[in-house]
Amino acid sequence: MGKLFEIRWHGRGGQGAKTASILFADAAIGEGKYIQAFPEYGPERMGAPVQAFNRLSDEPITLHCGVDSPDVVVVLDPSLMETIDVTQGLKQSGVLLINTNQEPKVMKDRLSNFGGKLWTVDASTISKEELGQEIPNTPMLGALIKATNLLDFEGMLEDTRKKLTKKFKSKPEVIDGNINSIKRAYQEVKGE
Amino acid sequence: MSKEAWQDLPIGGLILEGGTATKYITGDWRSLRPIWDEEKCISCLNCWIYCPDSSVLVEDEKMIGIDYDHCKGCGICAKECPPKVQAIKMVSEAEFRK
Amino acid sequence: MRVAKTGNEAMAEAMRQINPDVVAAYPITPATEIVQIFSGFVADGVVNTEFVAVESEHSAMSACIGSCAAGARTMTSTSSQGLALMWEMLYIASGLRMPIVLAEVNRALSSPINIHCDHSDTMGARDCGWIQIYCENAQEAYDSLIQAVRIAEESLLPIMVSTDGFIISHGMESMEMLEDAQVKAFVGEYKPQHPLLDLDHPITIGAIDFTDYYFEHKRQTIEAMRNAKGIVAKIGQEFGEKFGRHYGFFEEYKLEDAEIAIVVLGSTAGTSKVVVDELRQKGIKAGLLRLRLFRPFPYQELANALSGIPCIAVMDRSDSLNSAGGPVFTEIRSALYDLEIRPKMVNYIYGLGGRNIDLSQIRSVYEDLATNKTDELVRYLGVRE
Repeated sequence: MGKLFEIRWHGRGGQGAKTASILFADAAIGEGKYIQAFPEYGPERMGAPVQAFNRLSDEPITLHCGVDSPDVVVVLDPSLMETIDVTQGLKQSGVLLINTNQEPKVMKDRLSNFGGKLWTVDASTISKEELGQEIPNTPMLGALIKATNLLDFEGMLEDTRKKLTKKFKSKPEVIDGNINSIKRAYQEVKGE
Repeated sequence: MSKEAWQDLPIGGLILEGGTATKYITGDWRSLRPIWDEEKCISCLNCWIYCPDSSVLVEDEKMIGIDYDHCKGCGICAKECPPKVQAIKMVSEAEFRK
Repeated sequence: MRVAKTGNEAMAEAMRQINPDVVAAYPITPATEIVQIFSGFVADGVVNTEFVAVESEHSAMSACIGSCAAGARTMTSTSSQGLALMWEMLYIASGLRMPIVLAEVNRALSSPINIHCDHSDTMGARDCGWIQIYCENAQEAYDSLIQAVRIAEESLLPIMVSTDGFIISHGMESMEMLEDAQVKAFVGEYKPQHPLLDLDHPITIGAIDFTDYYFEHKRQTIEAMRNAKGIVAKIGQEFGEKFGRHYGFFEEYKLEDAEIAIVVLGSTAGTSKVVVDELRQKGIKAGLLRLRLFRPFPYQELANALSGIPCIAVMDRSDSLNSAGGPVFTEIRSALYDLEIRPKMVNYIYGLGGRNIDLSQIRSVYEDLATNKTDELVRYLGVRE
């Protein structure tokens, strides 16, 4: 990992882009990384396009400005791509990860001016099957680790299990559902 | 009396003891003086109740006099003294000092 | 213990560990979470604090003054319009020498209404007799709030510790937390000098001063503010010795041999350090001074630190609307008046209403300094023109 790694999350208000950035940062801190996680605050409401950001580094981070040219972009809702250029500022060598049931090749054809690596995973279906509702942000964490190798997968899984156990003591099905969905996304994500 | 320098005053405008109002002599503001007639007084204590400056002196539930250091001479005591009693009369300070 | 916290969480955690006697507060974006999280601690019984939910910020500060006068260690939190609504009570808190600690989150003042960061709220309160500390990140906000309790109680002045709204308040960062017992030992027990509830020693608080006493009492507060500087230094040093993170009046970053330098407060300093590093790699002698303590204003120390630098830009995240720049600029400029050789100085107003301040904008400031573009007294960075 380089000195500084930047991630931009695209979602809609209520889909958990901010939560995803926080979960990811939390997992990264478990591995001794320095992190930042922050949303873009505006007049956001349920359904409106929102963004959240992560910075990761092996050294303390002093930057406190917006993320303009991320290394990774994660798209929680592919319908956003109709109206937003999700590749804006994304490094040419960067990684684009999209929650969709489409193959990476199909998405790549749609984004002809993006030259980096594109990954897709059907996180919506995974979360519906494993958690019984559509919360794609948790499985996307698994896919993100596969696509970037930023964190140790087993370590992250263990860390997440610990945190969920604390939070959902009386609901073991939520813990297992989340863990399984992360595992599945890690296995099922495809890159091109 | 010379007043303290800033270094010698309690901070924040604090006054570090209670009841300091008694040190402030307001009796010299008075132009009318209540004169109390012990003979007529029935110690109903109406004057004590109404006096805005706590200047009616009472001991063992009996009126014993007027605190002239703090009485401003407003005359409420004379006004509130029952008409049949009229134990307090207001006289001008100038008249009294003659 | 390294944890991930937002600025607001960091301040709420500091308040939990301080465990004040009373917190009276009214929520306002972007400081709401501080009070919200803390009221959770109260509800869960993890603190012994009496939490007073009031109906406005004016009442919040009034309740704080009352509880502080009674002898309670007292804290509150607010932002922007909330601080503005506290206005008259802020002066009463300092005039009565009440060591109240306020966790502030910087947000632009209306109008136009805005919820994002600039320093107009606390800068507007700069002359009300409160000590002011501006923090760069969540770590410093946490550390400073813990120190603030001691600073306030030793100087007998109220203190506000502020973070940049959303940028720090809602941004999650890595930081180190102390153990509860360490904080408890550091802040110690509050021993009020003249608590109103000490019935054996009745006192009067808030008596009227006429022309014959007001000046003397103000002179005392002026002196207290002068002395506060030494107290801030002492407690910052003690904190550093105990916990390894040292705090002074300001932070000098590669300033020693700098030929061009900027002075800046808050989170923008962190971004600027990255630019300084870049320029240093290119052999350009760039430096940075991050001012932390704005009240009392350490003018002599600032003059010493900045002397010998030929070209200085002062960045203000608020404007005084005096047609002569921002408050940090005018005061730094005044502090440097007595230098043998006065530097070229220019003021940059930036980031009003949360306007993003990025690396390229800061690079442009250093570039202006390097090319001697200092003819204009005040410039505006990042505004469309």
